Amino acid sequence: MNWLQSFLLPRAAATHASEVDGLFMFIIYLTIFFFFFNGALVFYAAHRWRRRSAGEITPHTTHNTKLELIWSIIPLTVVMMIFFWGFKGYISAAVAPNDAIEIVVTAKKWVWQFEYPDGTRTLNDLHVPLNKPVKLIMHSEDVIHSFFVPTFRLKRDVLPGRYTELWFTATEPGVQQVFCAEYCGKGHSDMLAKIHVDTDEQYETFLREGDEQVRQMPLKDLGRLVYENKGCATCHSIDGTRGQGPSWLGSYGQVHQGTDGKGHLVDENYIRESILYPQAVIVQGYQPIMPTFQGLLREREILGVIEYIRSLK
Amino acid sequence: MADGHTLTATGTTALAHGDYLDDPKGLMSWLTTVDHKRIGIMYLWSITFFMIVGGLFAMLIRIEHLTPTRTIMDAEMYNRVFTLHGAIMVFLVIIPAIPASLGNFALPLLLGAKDVAFPRINLMSLYLYWTGALMALGTLFMGGVDTGWTFYTPYSTTTGGGVTLMVFAAFVLGFSSIFTGVNFIATVHKLRAPGMGWFEMPLFCWGMYSTALIQILATPVLGITLLLLAMERLFHIGIFDPQLGGDPVLFQHFFWFYSHPAVYIMILPAMAVMSEVIPVFSKKTIFGYKAIAFSSVAIALLGFLVWAHHMFVAGMSIYAGAIFSFLTFFIAIPSAIKVFNWIATMWEGSIELRSPMLYAIAFLLVFTIGGLTGLFLASLSTDVHLHDTYFVVAHFHYVMAGSNLLALLAGLHYWWPKMFGRLYNESLARIGCVLVFLGFNATFIPQFIMGSRGMPRRYYNYLPQFQALHVASTIGAMLLAVGLFLTLANLLASFRRPKGMVDNPWGGKTLEWATSSPPPTENFEGQPVPLHGPYDYRAVPAPIGSEVHTG
Repeated sequence: MNWLQSFLLPRAAATHASEVDGLFMFIIYLTIFFFFFNGALVFYAAHRWRRRSAGEITPHTTHNTKLELIWSIIPLTVVMMIFFWGFKGYISAAVAPNDAIEIVVTAKKWVWQFEYPDGTRTLNDLHVPLNKPVKLIMHSEDVIHSFFVPTFRLKRDVLPGRYTELWFTATEPGVQQVFCAEYCGKGHSDMLAKIHVDTDEQYETFLREGDEQVRQMPLKDLGRLVYENKGCATCHSIDGTRGQGPSWLGSYGQVHQGTDGKGHLVDENYIRESILYPQAVIVQGYQPIMPTFQGLLREREILGVIEYIRSLK
Repeated sequence: MADGHTLTATGTTALAHGDYLDDPKGLMSWLTTVDHKRIGIMYLWSITFFMIVGGLFAMLIRIEHLTPTRTIMDAEMYNRVFTLHGAIMVFLVIIPAIPASLGNFALPLLLGAKDVAFPRINLMSLYLYWTGALMALGTLFMGGVDTGWTFYTPYSTTTGGGVTLMVFAAFVLGFSSIFTGVNFIATVHKLRAPGMGWFEMPLFCWGMYSTALIQILATPVLGITLLLLAMERLFHIGIFDPQLGGDPVLFQHFFWFYSHPAVYIMILPAMAVMSEVIPVFSKKTIFGYKAIAFSSVAIALLGFLVWAHHMFVAGMSIYAGAIFSFLTFFIAIPSAIKVFNWIATMWEGSIELRSPMLYAIAFLLVFTIGGLTGLFLASLSTDVHLHDTYFVVAHFHYVMAGSNLLALLAGLHYWWPKMFGRLYNESLARIGCVLVFLGFNATFIPQFIMGSRGMPRRYYNYLPQFQALHVASTIGAMLLAVGLFLTLANLLASFRRPKGMVDNPWGGKTLEWATSSPPPTENFEGQPVPLHGPYDYRAVPAPIGSEVHTG
């Protein structure tokens, strides 16, 4: 009856799915059986004992204790079995293996943000390696959301003020659909994400070059994204306000006075040096507190920041 | 028969004065009545009205879902429409439907009593219902409510619209329900006819009693929960808002502590009607009286222990999940016991497939599916996949809408001659039943399938792969609507006929059939004393002519 399973359920794309599908199909067969069994009894009785004359006398059968016990104990046994089967699957899904890759998921109306161990962040696109356990540590910035992957048969609510977890081992390369499954307002049905299950090679590429979305993005927009998400905004404003570091507004093409007494032209090389070796030149009037972003920004992201600064006239 | 009562040759009881419908006359006499029968009838019309309103919202939802994106409304409107559909159907229709209409009408009659224990409180119940209903409708003028009928925090504490008014409306409606419960408990304890012990009263009364237990014990918890929600919105007390140190999941525990028992408030009365209709139309004693009676109470009590099966993925501990799943399975057993006992009642009976019995058979089939699909959701690992999908929507419509509605219609078609002294057209009633049954299944079976395939609920837009199933469901809904309107029209058309019903058209053995159709205001002339059990078909057959022939 595999056709019935593929009719009712989406394809299975994680190790957990087969646990669930076996039980699901068992209950389906049970449901179909008892629906037809009860239906058959009812239709048989309605036909066989249809009223044939007005004064018919019926047997005064008030009860049958043996029958009551049979149709109590057998169903009880069956449901207990279902309970244990479901319980087993639930527990195995609750405990992630120790070597699972941990990804932090932040839900907010109405997007999914993923943060990788190396600090990279992606929006609505999650990259995971094939056949390796992945653990999602999730929280919400506003209302309750829920992370649902039908092809994994997994779901967990994502709460504000608390962390919830979900783990899986994806078994099929390709893209798996993620839905938000807890009503969260106007954009609830648009709060979709995709899990890109990458082969080892694809995953390497992703780690090195970032995801598709990032690679396609125009440099200036990428620079803006980095500015907002990687901490630049903490110290550098884009509107001229003085912060812990010089404002970027109009800085490209300016000459910064260094504490070494020399003037430094703000060009591509200067910006690159400031990001990777921030202690090389300290601008007069500022403290030497900028951390280095060596290893934290990809090459393309650095180019993006340069483009972005250039655009801030 | 008690004195003052003449049994005529045609089996009708001649009344010394008018029946409860005619006497006293005038709108004011109805609005200030304390007669349980009149109150039941007024509830019946109110519930019918709100079922139509809630049903219209359902049709709007189904029409919107004909296409994967915008069809007739935007997302914000859609969110308000599905919220109001749920809130109206749950609080204004399904929870009161059978207890407040059929229960109010029939309970005292079945017990051989003159009225319920507290007739004035009964009237107050009705007025509280109308007040709560008006308040709920008032939210339409405050921008609507877009939280879903479940009001989960923090969305419900932070969104705009008429949420506060809606929760106060539900608060008021809760008291309507509680007062009905108090009344029924006192009535069953104190007003049974002489000689009618607990195990000699009709099973409908056991069903109403069990329902009433839940009404009085669970509803106050909803009241408090809604009050806390209102306080949170108005005064930001921080009980559910995590930004103030509160716990949003706590709301879910409070909410479901009532709302799960609430679904048994819905199904127990439906089962109670089955226990009346099936023996009469099988002309055979009920099989397993005590099993059914004890199952009713068991369902009522067990229903309080399982609320967090709505929260397996909510962030609760896995141990709690395991305990609630384990307990949830136990409720399957008394439900299954009842279904088997009803089938056994039909076995070797003398079955007449008149419309009340057709509805009962439809109930048995629909409830079987509804109950069994609950197993998927009680089971932890399958529930993780199915929670918050259309599978759940289909499951609860099978038990709440399908089973409940079919039982209500069975009871209405059964007691209609007693209530109004007239009969509806039987052929149209049968056609209506078939259309409702087919339409209902056609609406919701596609929803099981889209749910297990991963279609989430409360979705305005959906992925194109689900469209075929949505269209199928919408077509089913239209068929269901046709069946329901046909049934309503048929019942209303019976008022074109003059009153002239025999006391006992079906040959029933319970006490309501021993008085006229419709009954006098005081129900019986003198205190009736039952001479046999409520399902004893060994008793002398009813006088010739007292049974209606097919028409």
